[in-house]
Amino acid sequence: MDFICGCGGYCLWVIARKLYVNVSRLKVRHKRSCTDAATRVSGEETHDLSNNIQHYDIAIVGGGMVGMALVCSLASMPLTKHLNVAIIDSNPALGSRPYFNKDNPPDPRVSTVTPATISFFKDVGAWQYIEQHRHAYFDKMQDTQANAQDINKEVLGCVVENKVLHGSLLSCIENTDFQKTIYPFRLSSMTLPPSPSSLGMGSTSSRPPLSSQRHLAKLELSDGNSLYTKLVVGADGGKSRVRELAGFKTTGWNYSQNAIICTVEHTVENGCAWQRFLHAGPIALLPMGDNFSNIVWTMNPKESTNRKLMNEDEFVKDLNNALDYGYGPHPTSSLFGSGEMFSWPRTGVTLSANDCFEVPPKVVKLASERMVFPLSLRHASDYVSKHVVLIGDAAHTVHPLAGQGVNMGFGDAFALSRVIAEGIAVGSDIGEVTVLKKYEAERKPANIMRMAILDGFQRACSVDFGPLNILRAAALHGAHFISPLKRSIISYASGEQKLPLFT
Amino acid sequence: MASKLVRHRHLRALSSSSISINNHIRSPHFSNPNRAPLSFSYRLFSNASSSSSSSGGFQRPSSLKDLELAKFAAIAETWWDSEGPFKPLHVMNPTRLAFIRSTLCRHFSKDPNSAKPFEGLKIVDVGCGGGILSEPLARMGATVTGVDAVEKNIKIARIHADLDPVTSTIEYCCTTAEKLVEEDRKFDAVIALEVIEHVANPAEFCKSLAALTVPDGATVISTINRSMRSYATAIVAAEYLLHWLPKGTHEWSSFLTPEELVLILQRANITVREMAGFVYNPLTGRWSLSDDISVNFIAFGTKNCQ
Repeated sequence: MDFICGCGGYCLWVIARKLYVNVSRLKVRHKRSCTDAATRVSGEETHDLSNNIQHYDIAIVGGGMVGMALVCSLASMPLTKHLNVAIIDSNPALGSRPYFNKDNPPDPRVSTVTPATISFFKDVGAWQYIEQHRHAYFDKMQDTQANAQDINKEVLGCVVENKVLHGSLLSCIENTDFQKTIYPFRLSSMTLPPSPSSLGMGSTSSRPPLSSQRHLAKLELSDGNSLYTKLVVGADGGKSRVRELAGFKTTGWNYSQNAIICTVEHTVENGCAWQRFLHAGPIALLPMGDNFSNIVWTMNPKESTNRKLMNEDEFVKDLNNALDYGYGPHPTSSLFGSGEMFSWPRTGVTLSANDCFEVPPKVVKLASERMVFPLSLRHASDYVSKHVVLIGDAAHTVHPLAGQGVNMGFGDAFALSRVIAEGIAVGSDIGEVTVLKKYEAERKPANIMRMAILDGFQRACSVDFGPLNILRAAALHGAHFISPLKRSIISYASGEQKLPLFT
Repeated sequence: MASKLVRHRHLRALSSSSISINNHIRSPHFSNPNRAPLSFSYRLFSNASSSSSSSGGFQRPSSLKDLELAKFAAIAETWWDSEGPFKPLHVMNPTRLAFIRSTLCRHFSKDPNSAKPFEGLKIVDVGCGGGILSEPLARMGATVTGVDAVEKNIKIARIHADLDPVTSTIEYCCTTAEKLVEEDRKFDAVIALEVIEHVANPAEFCKSLAALTVPDGATVISTINRSMRSYATAIVAAEYLLHWLPKGTHEWSSFLTPEELVLILQRANITVREMAGFVYNPLTGRWSLSDDISVNFIAFGTKNCQ
């Protein structure tokens, strides 16, 4: 008993002494806490940096056209050009200087850029590089007989090879001293900072739960490298890994259609974009400059397999057939009589009812291999979550029929860079959801609207049913003659107008 | 709505528990791993159940430290949870910062296109709460001191600021403006947002703020106007209709009109140069700067050179 009391007493004394020491230590420290903050924390910082993991402000997964458009835009603005950016893409072409052999025929992967996209490119200073390479403006679109003069613009759009678009963005970035690091690997996993609920009371992890990396996202690459970043941008295409790892849900469906893409040659230069709606799907002929044109031909999967395998001459014949003959009425066919029906008084319309449907130039030769792509529509239900944002095809995939897909992506990239700049202007943490939500609020409604219209259009045009064919031809023909409607359609398709029709 | 603003201030005021010696001993969070004796002492002084016997102290130090930090961290997240009770403040913050950025850049002739325009400026955030204003100011390059009379808020602010190396340089002190004056501290810019309607003597408070400002330095104050509209939103709507606040939380009579604020600042040797109002659009859920100073307003003044 005495012994126990003695031990207890001794323990109490030890405790009391330790307490006294702590209290005095604490008192001193408390007084100094106000000024010692900096030195205290810098010690902690060194400990973490010694793990040798690089820190970045933004990590862009996917160095394609849309990803590089974002980099280019950030590099061009004074508020964002100091940011430290990592680009993760296993494409080896990213590391080398872009080189184009002008003698090669154009690549079949092309995009139609709208005037809105052209003006974005001009703002960031990348359009000058595109003008040095092959590209083709067109000022006429021959499906609704739309014309650029109708909206007082010089052009409706420009057809550019994807590799030219990409290369021009790369050249633009090279000419700035923007801090970017390219990681030529794939993304294998992503760790996002824990949510508040996971800060359990019984945490016995060896690492202190409040390390300074708790507010950063961690990316692990296929070569074993890791990096920390404040913001992860998913610009990695329709099968986005970032979207999958971050758990974004998508909705969408596969169209029962494939698209065949190829480059063809004519005997004369083509300055007009042509599109015909056949019963199986639309076929588009886009000028690329130098007597070349690009074909995007949508059809059901079985026919696409056949057409890919048939020999070249047969394919060319089939192509010319589709562009001009058979497969549904010309808009000025005798179904509607001589066209006197449409001689209403029109204000400001430059085309008259007597204009004939022009015939697209004949294809003489196939200039590239035929590529086949399955078509689908996919839309992510959210574009942002804490520290993660999706742009381009990772957020939305559309049917190629109006050439809108990549333009929506460019719109996303430029909107996101502007939102980031605004966030930095008021000192926000760029990974915060409140900042990123502004981007989503701007882009999601616009993209969804566009996708719904394109989808509706695609469905209306892919039904092969006699009366509906007539109605479709009439609608297209009618749109041609109803001037305000046509103006709205052109304006919307060229990216000028935000809301379609009737505004 | 102003009511939401009012609600967060109320929460902040309510969270000021008794600042006892216990808190002081328990308070400082240090991530130095040699803090085992600290958690030892915490156990003894804590109000938790088994503290009567000394055997309660022989726990593994590291888990106790984590326990304490995790507890504060959970609260910190609520303060900093942009969807939580402080959401209106988070939504309004960028608008306040836009005003501060534009007035201070113009006054100190800083480049408005720079990402860190406040580099080299010493700023004090009086009534900083969890640090919602202090952190963006630090990211804009300022040397920031945050003060708040509520101990808990300072702890929360310290934890959150230490997550990012840029904001970890913020100096947080649990003190008042008057005490800082006694310590003879001086700052290029003194910012007190949504504080003056809570102090007992606004005129004395303004004199303290002025004393903290260097000559030709900046003073920024924001508060709620004493007007019929603010009565309708902050008192009637918030307290009686929507029950966001207990009845009687606010004394409408303690709000200041812009004219009164200008007058007491003038008497404290500060000349108000610019004033703006905040308006809330319930459809978009966004705040914006406007000329409407009938409910929430913010004033920027400079200290007269003697």
